[in-house]
Amino acid sequence: MTDQEQRVPAPRPIFEARGLTKVYQMGEVRVDALRGVDLDLQAGELVVLLGPSGSGKSTLLNILGGLDTPTSGTVRYGDHDLTVNDDAAMTHYRREHVGFVFQFYNLIPSLTARENVALVTEISDNPMTPEEALALVGLAQRMDHFPSQMSGGEQQRVAIARAVAKRPQVLLCDEPTGALDAQTGVMVLDVIARVNRELGTTTVVITHNAVIAAMADRVVYFGDGRVVRIECNAHKKAAAELQW
Amino acid sequence: MAYEALAIALVVMCGVGTYVMFLSTLEALRATQDAYYREYRFADVFVSLKRAPESLRQRILDIPAVDRVETRVVAQIRLEMPEFAEPVTALMVSLSDSEPHGLNGLHLREGRLPVPGRADEVVVSTPFAQAHELHPGDHFHAILNGRRQALTLVGTALSPEFIQQLRPGSAFPDSKRYGVMWMGRRALGQAYDLDGAFNDLALSLRPGADAQDVIDRADELITPYGGLGAYARKDQRSHRFFSQELEQLGTLASLFPSMFMGVAAFLLNVVIGRLVAMQREQIATLKAFGYSNAAVLGHYLKLVAVIAGCGIVSGIALGVWLGQLLSGIYMEFYYFPWLKFSLQPMTVVEATIASLLAAGAGTVLAVWRAAKLQPAQAMRPEPPPHYRESRVEKLGLKRWLSQPTRMIIRHIQRKAFKSALTVLGIALACGIILTGLFQRDTVGYMLHIQYGMSQREDLSVTFTDPTAYRARFDLLGLPGIEHVEVFRTVPVRLRHGHLDYRTAIRGVEPGGDIQRLLDADLRPVDLPADGILLTDFLGKILDVRVGDRIVVEVLEGNRPLREASVAGLVKEYLGVSAYMDLAALNRFVHEGPTISGAWLGVDSAYLQPLFSQFKDMPRVAGVAERRQEIRNFNRMMDETMLFFTYVATVFAVIIAFGVVYNSARIALTERGRELASLRVLGFTRAEIGYILLGELGILTLIAIPLGLWLGEWMCYYIAHTMQNDLFRVPVVLVPQTYAFAATVVLISAAISGLAVRRRLDRLDLIAVLKTAE
Repeated sequence: MTDQEQRVPAPRPIFEARGLTKVYQMGEVRVDALRGVDLDLQAGELVVLLGPSGSGKSTLLNILGGLDTPTSGTVRYGDHDLTVNDDAAMTHYRREHVGFVFQFYNLIPSLTARENVALVTEISDNPMTPEEALALVGLAQRMDHFPSQMSGGEQQRVAIARAVAKRPQVLLCDEPTGALDAQTGVMVLDVIARVNRELGTTTVVITHNAVIAAMADRVVYFGDGRVVRIECNAHKKAAAELQW
Repeated sequence: MAYEALAIALVVMCGVGTYVMFLSTLEALRATQDAYYREYRFADVFVSLKRAPESLRQRILDIPAVDRVETRVVAQIRLEMPEFAEPVTALMVSLSDSEPHGLNGLHLREGRLPVPGRADEVVVSTPFAQAHELHPGDHFHAILNGRRQALTLVGTALSPEFIQQLRPGSAFPDSKRYGVMWMGRRALGQAYDLDGAFNDLALSLRPGADAQDVIDRADELITPYGGLGAYARKDQRSHRFFSQELEQLGTLASLFPSMFMGVAAFLLNVVIGRLVAMQREQIATLKAFGYSNAAVLGHYLKLVAVIAGCGIVSGIALGVWLGQLLSGIYMEFYYFPWLKFSLQPMTVVEATIASLLAAGAGTVLAVWRAAKLQPAQAMRPEPPPHYRESRVEKLGLKRWLSQPTRMIIRHIQRKAFKSALTVLGIALACGIILTGLFQRDTVGYMLHIQYGMSQREDLSVTFTDPTAYRARFDLLGLPGIEHVEVFRTVPVRLRHGHLDYRTAIRGVEPGGDIQRLLDADLRPVDLPADGILLTDFLGKILDVRVGDRIVVEVLEGNRPLREASVAGLVKEYLGVSAYMDLAALNRFVHEGPTISGAWLGVDSAYLQPLFSQFKDMPRVAGVAERRQEIRNFNRMMDETMLFFTYVATVFAVIIAFGVVYNSARIALTERGRELASLRVLGFTRAEIGYILLGELGILTLIAIPLGLWLGEWMCYYIAHTMQNDLFRVPVVLVPQTYAFAATVVLISAAISGLAVRRRLDRLDLIAVLKTAE
């Protein structure tokens, strides 16, 4: 390779996973959560990981999010090796690059919507303001409400604002509609799609609701710790078109 | 749960431990005192007089309610101890030759009693013998009534009359320089020309007797014989000292254990409250299966009983151990032949009931709140907590506060009551340390005032009898004596209205530099040419103000009854005295210029030669070196204070640890999910550590000044209860003491906080992605 080639590398996927396995030892029982997963995620795409409980999708999300390390195999995020079990490095990775959205929102009850977002923007290098982030999720009017004063859907939108306010490269959503009714769920998905579209954030959504797959660029089907198949949607549906 | 339970058990242990320690010591000392007094026939009434014929004995015995009368000869003597150059004095007391079981009987530790009639045999008080390593058969010389006499020690003994042996005028024990000894009555009487006569009486009374009535009648009988006024056992010096010590112990016994129990109740409340909150579902399930509220409550009460039980059992063991240590310390300063240490069943029962009540009170409310929920309601998770902006933020400080700091402040405000209790708990720990240290500071201050500002002599000399004023010049002529100030001491009874008090008036020379009287602001007071100055506490006892007139009953010579006006009050921490101008006092008692002793400023190089010169002066009854007194005192304080400091500090550390550790653990269970979420969002361990421990840090920082204030208050309370005519304790706390207390609390809080902080490393980040609250 010449120096020239090193400086201008060919476009690479944002995530590259090869031969990922994850084995949990639960007492005397061995659980193979991942059994050799190969997967590339491209910058800016919206990917839905679909599969039944225990199929390995959450384990993969945890590894991509820097919360867990694989038993074997490699996973890279750009230049970062995510198989390294280094708490400080992983914390830094999550802080700089990853936005998380939880199934149960996990807002800080003692902070208002604005403050929940500010919590993250205070420790980020180039964040949007909390007000911008909350406007992005349609909550400009409820910024000074505490979580206990908001509905589940509103809380989840605050959570999304909190996740994207630091302008992460990756947004990881673990069952973001799992605790919401369909109507509210659609609203939340709409916000996720908008963030993906407007900010170009690579977005991974875990769900076992197959309907949601229709809004993705690609759908990765999981089964028994393996990627069963990958489908590309030629025509993504808007979140508003989804029904369940 | 194990560590929380341990922390609670430890606090209960401290509460029970202090209670048992104080009460078992108190009981042991009381029982010992009672048994000793009873078995060795400690007298009920005491009388000193100049000289009375033996025939007076029967007239005293005829006073109704008087059971036994023992006439005695008592004298202050000087001793010449081999290999000890410094002046040594002793109180020589006669022993009945005919009645081996007389009043104030001796408990022989070694040897035997003197053979009746032998003028060379003495029994010596055990502490004095020990200080000089004397054993039966050893010899030394004494000056008896101006005559040098060889004495043989035939035994060592203790007496209920001298459980505490202080040289008159001295505040601190010094067994090397002062002792008590006993000689046969006839031999001692002959030495003091009191053959067939006596100068001291001890009486015992029949049960139910009115001591005051006996005292009044006895006074009538002895007044013609130079009686100095009869007094009851309660005013007997050794007994009074010890009784006041017991009173102080009683005060501490009521103060400390209740504080520990309060903290234990609080800890149980928060820990059980949290445990119950976490087990809402289990409680609901049990109730759904048909368990009654009482059964659920019973379950938790059993759990609490086990924790408290561990604390109680270990507390009793600790208390007995500490009680023995503490009693042992008392036994070093008060001389008893034995110690009756036994744990009274009532003490154990009281400690147990108090602990269980505290524990139960902490539990019932928390459990009852959970138990009264309907099963279906209890099975649902608790609703999300409501928060609002804190008052601090509303003051306009909000924009200066980071989000984590806002979280901390809002959480404190939302749990205001619990936060307040945490603060109180930590503050108590801080205060307890102060109480353990303040006596040391205070004593240092008292010594400074007493010996640095007021009594500034190198030596004090007292004469056997009032002596002509010219003795002052004899003293000045001795080599090494640079300065002499003389004084006259006259025993008196002061009266104001129905109040009266026995003390001595000290006549001093005006403009004295060695001996200075100080006012309330510690400025030297000018001696008035007329009138009397009283120690401020004596002013309180007699309820007099400056300008009031008091009656002065002189208790020596021809005993004139005079009046004097109170010219001022002087500040003194030790004893209570009255002062007059020397010349005025001599006029007052109708005497020429006489003196009782002198304070000397001495070139230290001449101390030893002076000691031996004083030995050759028969009129010199005693010589005291102040520096030595201070040394003795510091040695005594080091031993006792160290014990209290150590115990108080250890217990305070346990409280601080118990409160902070439990609060942190509970915060971790309550907020673990929140903190794990923040970790997922990219917060570092240090950042979430700040959120978890910042709250406790703030509470600790609030608690420390509060605790220092609380500690001061407790010190004032203790000092107030210790106030008596023997000494008053000012509350003095030096900056280092505050710093020490604050540091101990900070370090214990930090260590317990860090113990919990380590658990943050084990937070399950993955679980929070999935679980609801």
